[in-house]
Order: sequence, then C-alpha cells, then structure tokens
Amino acid sequence: MPNVLRISARDNVVVALVDLSPGTSLELGECVLEPCVTSREAIPFGHKVAIARIAKGQPVTKYGAPIGVAVEDIAPGEHVHVHNLRSVRGVVKP
Amino acid sequence: MTGNEEFLGYRRADGQVGVRNLMAVIPTCGCALHVATQIAARVEGAALIAYNGGCGQTEADITVATRLLAQYGRHPNVIGSLVVSLGCETLNAADLTQRIAAGWAPVELLVIQKAGGTRRTVEAGVELARQMGDRAKRLRRELCPMSSLTIGLECGGSDATSGMAANPAMGIFSDLMVAQGARVILAETSELVGAEHILVERAMNARVAERFSHTIRECEVRLKATGEDFMGKQPSPGNVQGGITTVEEKALGDVLKGGSTPVVDVLAYGQPPTLPGLSFMDTPGNDPASVTGLVAAGSQIVVFTTGRGNPMGNAIAPVVKVTGNARTFAAMGEDMDINASTIISGEETIAQVGSRIYEFCLRVASGGTTAAERLGHAEFDMLRLGPLY
Repeated sequence: MPNVLRISARDNVVVALVDLSPGTSLELGECVLEPCVTSREAIPFGHKVAIARIAKGQPVTKYGAPIGVAVEDIAPGEHVHVHNLRSVRGVVKP
Repeated sequence: MTGNEEFLGYRRADGQVGVRNLMAVIPTCGCALHVATQIAARVEGAALIAYNGGCGQTEADITVATRLLAQYGRHPNVIGSLVVSLGCETLNAADLTQRIAAGWAPVELLVIQKAGGTRRTVEAGVELARQMGDRAKRLRRELCPMSSLTIGLECGGSDATSGMAANPAMGIFSDLMVAQGARVILAETSELVGAEHILVERAMNARVAERFSHTIRECEVRLKATGEDFMGKQPSPGNVQGGITTVEEKALGDVLKGGSTPVVDVLAYGQPPTLPGLSFMDTPGNDPASVTGLVAAGSQIVVFTTGRGNPMGNAIAPVVKVTGNARTFAAMGEDMDINASTIISGEETIAQVGSRIYEFCLRVASGGTTAAERLGHAEFDMLRLGPLY
C-alpha cells in the first residue's frame, strides 16, 4: 500500500498519504523509493517529505515546477514546510 | 458524451436558460439589509442578495456594485427582482432598477423612506414577491442543450488533497463541459501566482496570453504594495495546516481545475463570457466574493472543490461541493456532494470522478438539489477596491 504520492517524476518532494511516523519507509505505488528513503520525523497527512538532498537556495519541486526555495539544507526524509521552504513569489523582501 | 447532451431547464424570453426559479431581493445599501432580509425570509423562493455597501464608497466600487447587482437581477436563475432602497444612499436604486428592467424578468423598487418604515416596506415587499412567485409556478422545464450552461469553477479551504484529487477531477469535468460547448470560467487570480506559465501556454492567441500575464502581474504588484508577504493570505493558515507551504504550490494545484482546453478569453470581475470554452476571470481568492463574480457573469451552477471543508453556497446559483479529503468527507459529509478522496485511496481514477461530477451537475441543472441548497447556504460578498468613508 503506497504511503506517499510523487506527483511528477521531476519532483524532489512527495506527499504523505497517511500520517507518517518517524522511521517509516516511504513507498511509492508498487516500489519502495530507491535508494530507500525513510521519514526522519513525523509527517502529517498531506504534507511534503524530501526524497532527495536539497541544498540551501535550491528549488523545491512539486507538480513538476518550483514551489519555492530551500532556506536550509534539506536531507531526504525531512518534512518540507514553512520552516525550511519559502516562496519566491509571495515575499516582499527576499 | 460529445456535444449533444441535454438537461431540463427553463427557457427565458431573452434566450438564456435558467436552472432555478428564484426572486432576488436586493438591498441597495447596508441600511436596507434588514428589511430585505425580512422580506426574503417570508417568501418561498425568495433569495436575499446580502449586499451591504452602497454608501460611503468610492465611485469605482459603486459602479462595480451597480453593474453586478443588475446582473444578479437579470440572471437566468432569477424570475423577478425586488430592489429595496433606503432612499438616501449613494448607489442609485432607480438606475439599478432600470438596468434590471431591461432584462426579460419583472422588477419592483421599494424605498423604505417613502413606504413608511420597516414594517410597511416588509409587508409591501412580501406581497410583491409572492405575486412574482405565483407567476413563476406556470413555468415548465424543457430540454435544453448543455451548451446553454455557464459553469463557474472555484476552490476554497484548499489542502494538499485539492491538488492531488479534487482539482484534477474538476479539470476532467471542465474538459467534458467544454466538449459540450458550454462556457466554463476559471477564477481566483491571486491563487494562480506561480502557475501562470501553464495557462499562458494554453492561451488561444497572443492577446489572451498577454492579458492573462498582465492580470497576474497586477495582482502580485497590488499584494506586495501592501508591504505584507502573501503568507497568511495566499496560502491561508488553513491551507498551511493542510500541507500547502507557498503560493506557488497552491497555484500549481489550483490551476488543475481548468483541465486541458485552450484559454479563450480573459474576463474582468463579473464580466459575462461570450465565447464557448474555458475563460479566465480576474477575481479575488476570497471565496464568497469570487463566487459572486462568477454568478454575476451568468454562471447557472458553480462547482467548488475544498480540502479542509467549506460549506458555502450562493444566493441564486447551486454550488456543487467536491472534496478529495476522506477525513473532511467523514467529518462534514452533509456539506459535500462529491467524494473525490477515492482517487487517493485508489478506488477510482481521476477520470471516473470527473465523470461523476459531470453527471451530478447534469442532475443539478435539471432541478436536483445540492448540499449547500438543502442547508440554506446563500452567501454573498463583493470585491472592494477602495476604502469606506
């Protein structure tokens, strides 16, 4: 049973389809993500988990398009949200 | 399902087709709102258009309000209007009444200061509205093509499921309606900041592409001119709790509502579409104000996706609710019409849910009720451009 959804093959984040507890192996459809990615913290349903290393300043990609930039280095398995991802379009002073 | 499906609607003398027979009770200022509310509450089939501006506003706001209220009065779902004026407001009630009278349906003007106060105006209004309602009883539904429909697309209380399930299913629905020759309107400008490239690529011609890009740029400039970041507005606190982090992310999920057909036109707030196919309307992301723009433009039905759960409806148009969030469907199912969470659980495909939305809208167009209608939702709000003096 998949527990995450990768919307586009270009994405470096996936969406939790259930509440993920720390240490859960992320499963995309029939295949476990290669190399194996494990959630490093609790990820609520609907929230994003990194599946690749995203360096500070690099784009976070979902729906195959950038949704903002990482404000710190993000490791695979980390929760990606307001603490480590910021909008490029929605800020007055970047 | 290509090009020749029909539903049972009401053909109007001006060529439009209605899906409901309602009397619009329209106050022309906040001071007339109570009287209008009392009238609408006492007459079956009367719909309160809960406008509360009309005084102390900029000329631009009064102009937009007069135009939109007139379009509500001439809406195909409306079989008669009652304009309720106080008598000293800025909005010109006689002008509004004349504009409505230019349509096919009757309109009456009541002025509280002339009618002799609250109770006399309510009594006179109830009598007039009942007479309009009695005339409507003779109207019969007949077969009408789907191409006579204008459908507004809206989303509200979005979360991560909106972009995964409800919005892509609505996109399939939009494509099905366009294939029938209907007019479909995508809206909510501030919720497309970061996804504009997708619609620019689908613009029918360079002029439409440039007008759309310009609309998005202007919206971004206006938002930033407040000196505040988008966060807390786009995305809203509830969007963020639901897993949406940035306006770009919200936009990329929102844009899926518009399906895959070309964008044929860019419309101003409340402007009726003239071309069949998918148009874009410049509306705020604020849901009641955006839906008002879609309905004023002639949408007989609005389809509304929600992740967190938004129960709102509209005074004169049925609003169909679709959620892709199984928890929301379980928690507030009475407010929902379509459960799209089956896409996430793998029980149905996006295309199957899109077809279900289409079939449901066909029934609603023929008289079937929506959850919001059964629960009495009749929200109304309007875009405000300037301050209140």
